[in-house]
Amino acid sequence: MDYGFVFSSAAGELFSPTTAAYALAALGLAVHFGYSGLLNFGQAGFMAVGAYGFAISTLSFGVPFFVALLISILCSSLFALLLGIPTLRLRADYLAIVTIAAAEIVRYIVTTNQLTKVTGSANGLAAFEGGFYAMNPFPEGSYMGMNNRDFFIRVIGWGLVVVCCVIVWLLMRSPWGRVLKGIREDENAVRSLGKNVYAYKMQALIIGGVLGALAGMVFTLPRGAVQPANYGTELTFFLWTCLLLGGMATVLGPVIGAMIFWVVLSLTQSVLYGLIESGAVTWLTTVQAGQLRYILVGVALMLLMIFRPQGVFGNKKELAFA
Amino acid sequence: MSHSAHSMNNADRNTASTVKTANTNGNDKDAGINYMTDSSPIVVGEIAPGCKKRDPIVVAENVRRSFGGINAVDVDYLEIPRHKITALIGPNGAGKTTLFNLLTGFDTPNSGKWQFEGKNIEGVSSFKLARMGMVRTFQLTKVMGKLTVMENMRLGAANQPGERLSKALFKGIWGGREKEITAQADVLLEKFKLDVKKDDYAASLSGGQRKLLEMARSLMVRPKLVMLDEPMAGVNPALTQSLLDHIKNLKAEGMTVLFVEHDMNMVRHIADWVVVMAEGKIVAEGPPRDVMKDPAVIDAYLGAHHDVDLGDTEGIKELEAVLEADEESVVGTENAGIIAVESVVPDLKGADLKQPDLSPEALQEPGDDEPNSPQSGLAEPGRTDKDKE
Ligand SMILES: Nc1ncnc2c1ncn2[C@@H]1O[C@H](COP(=O)(O)OP(=O)(O)OP(=O)(O)O)[C@@H](O)[C@H]1O
Ligand SMILES: [Mg+2]
Repeated sequence: MDYGFVFSSAAGELFSPTTAAYALAALGLAVHFGYSGLLNFGQAGFMAVGAYGFAISTLSFGVPFFVALLISILCSSLFALLLGIPTLRLRADYLAIVTIAAAEIVRYIVTTNQLTKVTGSANGLAAFEGGFYAMNPFPEGSYMGMNNRDFFIRVIGWGLVVVCCVIVWLLMRSPWGRVLKGIREDENAVRSLGKNVYAYKMQALIIGGVLGALAGMVFTLPRGAVQPANYGTELTFFLWTCLLLGGMATVLGPVIGAMIFWVVLSLTQSVLYGLIESGAVTWLTTVQAGQLRYILVGVALMLLMIFRPQGVFGNKKELAFA
Repeated sequence: MSHSAHSMNNADRNTASTVKTANTNGNDKDAGINYMTDSSPIVVGEIAPGCKKRDPIVVAENVRRSFGGINAVDVDYLEIPRHKITALIGPNGAGKTTLFNLLTGFDTPNSGKWQFEGKNIEGVSSFKLARMGMVRTFQLTKVMGKLTVMENMRLGAANQPGERLSKALFKGIWGGREKEITAQADVLLEKFKLDVKKDDYAASLSGGQRKLLEMARSLMVRPKLVMLDEPMAGVNPALTQSLLDHIKNLKAEGMTVLFVEHDMNMVRHIADWVVVMAEGKIVAEGPPRDVMKDPAVIDAYLGAHHDVDLGDTEGIKELEAVLEADEESVVGTENAGIIAVESVVPDLKGADLKQPDLSPEALQEPGDDEPNSPQSGLAEPGRTDKDKE
């Protein structure tokens, strides 16, 4: 087995744009659930809205990059409003049901054949990333073994992660964040102290949703394509896995969680493939191995919940009162 | 805003008040009043369930709430006097908490309207009521477990610009106010003996400490009306005394207090006025001393107690007589309707308190020389009939 390859591909995952996208989306979930107690099981839907909002406004309306970005953020905010208005006055579980359904609805809408002209149906959309790469300040060449495009998207993706983390951190240490945490603990108590709980929950839902939309764009730009199959329910659950791995009511948790998630996936894949190729494992095909690694992620998650339930960064003391 | 103006006024007047209270004639609302010593009448006209108050802060009319078949709250008319401490008592399930929920917008009644400081507030959401100055605590204590005690307190404060999303990012804008809030919280935490706990998670507090925290937190709002649902439940007796003083002092700061309590000693200690509920209705009102003699109250409490034979009118009369004569009689939580044994039969002190001997002999022995007129408990005979309608 080529250990050099195993580790270099794992290290490559550490800072891949996909990991950045997962980190952003999981950070959105941290805002939702970790800080505000909102159960969002449709983060994939927010990512889809972000990605399609960007792609459609670029392709169908030909708007420049930043306008498309703005439209995508607006769309996800509207999506959050739409989900929040009927559910945020109700118990937490209603939001969970509505978000999981809404994410599926988004996916089915973009897949319908009637809308092929706009959404590209199951094939999705492509060639909308030109505006983005046109802004690439790095001349052609090799940057740590990457070409200038790959390097650019990593810089932007992780730059965005850093900026968003700082913003979320600033928000959560403020009195505004305190009210949110209070709502997570007991919204009636917060209400009795004169805070408009509904408005706070809505703001949190929108902020987390916009983080999801940004994640959708970071996810889709390096691929140069957006396809409905990428935004299924399993994506949401991978994001929750990242959140649980890292720690829920933390800023760095979701980022580290996303890194762990992808490194573990990459390591298990390389190791399994290596074993199969070298003939050490004969009872497994490479296709099965690809599926097995998700099982391993599940096992890892179970072990984590048993031995370190607060996640890597979570506060054990808080958990003592869960 | 108006609150601070109010209390300032109050402070200005305090010097003059001692002189004035002597000749205050009660109806003169604008005279300088020291709310601690103010003895002007609370009521206009005759004392009766649902009577008019000289200066009501809350007025409720025809407030009804039913759960399935039962009427949890069925209040025809109720006024809460301003700048007074009003106790709301009644047996378990009388509808006290439900009435709190209705008044504070945490529950919606089937019908009725009610006012706070002259403004109609039916249908006004709970957080707006809190901003108007009507703050309540919960019977089942609500603290934010995964926030520290100090953060819990800070959460109560009003006018923190940093609670707006648009300003939250800039500490320069809200840092100053945060310092004021923290200072205010420190003072309160010390009063409530929670200062050593201030950096602990609220979830690590004991049940009684949580009650204290919740009460202190509600005062962070600087309310005009504080509504406390069983504030003393589970608080240790040594602390109760100082807490009672704190509650009394709220009055000096210009606040009005409405509290639910089962401990009659506490009610007697601090309440200026007592409202009695039973089966959703207001069955009696009055100053603590008089209310506890009220036959309707005894009826309400004993009615919930199966050990006592209500069919026996002689027995009731005797109970009333003893209640009348004895200041220490307890009509409270677990002892609801049971007269403290030691006060009835001094010799029995230390005997089994949970099974008081209510036999006629036991009641009569010490009572023989004391209550000369067993009828005095029924000071206003006409009222019993009215209560029962
Ligand atoms: N959410 C609810 N659903 C159904 N019934 C309720 C509900 N809340 C209260 N009730 C009923 O309404 C009545 C009044 O209840 P409430 O909690 O107001 O009593 P209480 O006077 O506060 O009693 P306690 O002294 O025990 O606290 C009770 O009979 C109770 O069973
Ligand atoms: Mg109650």
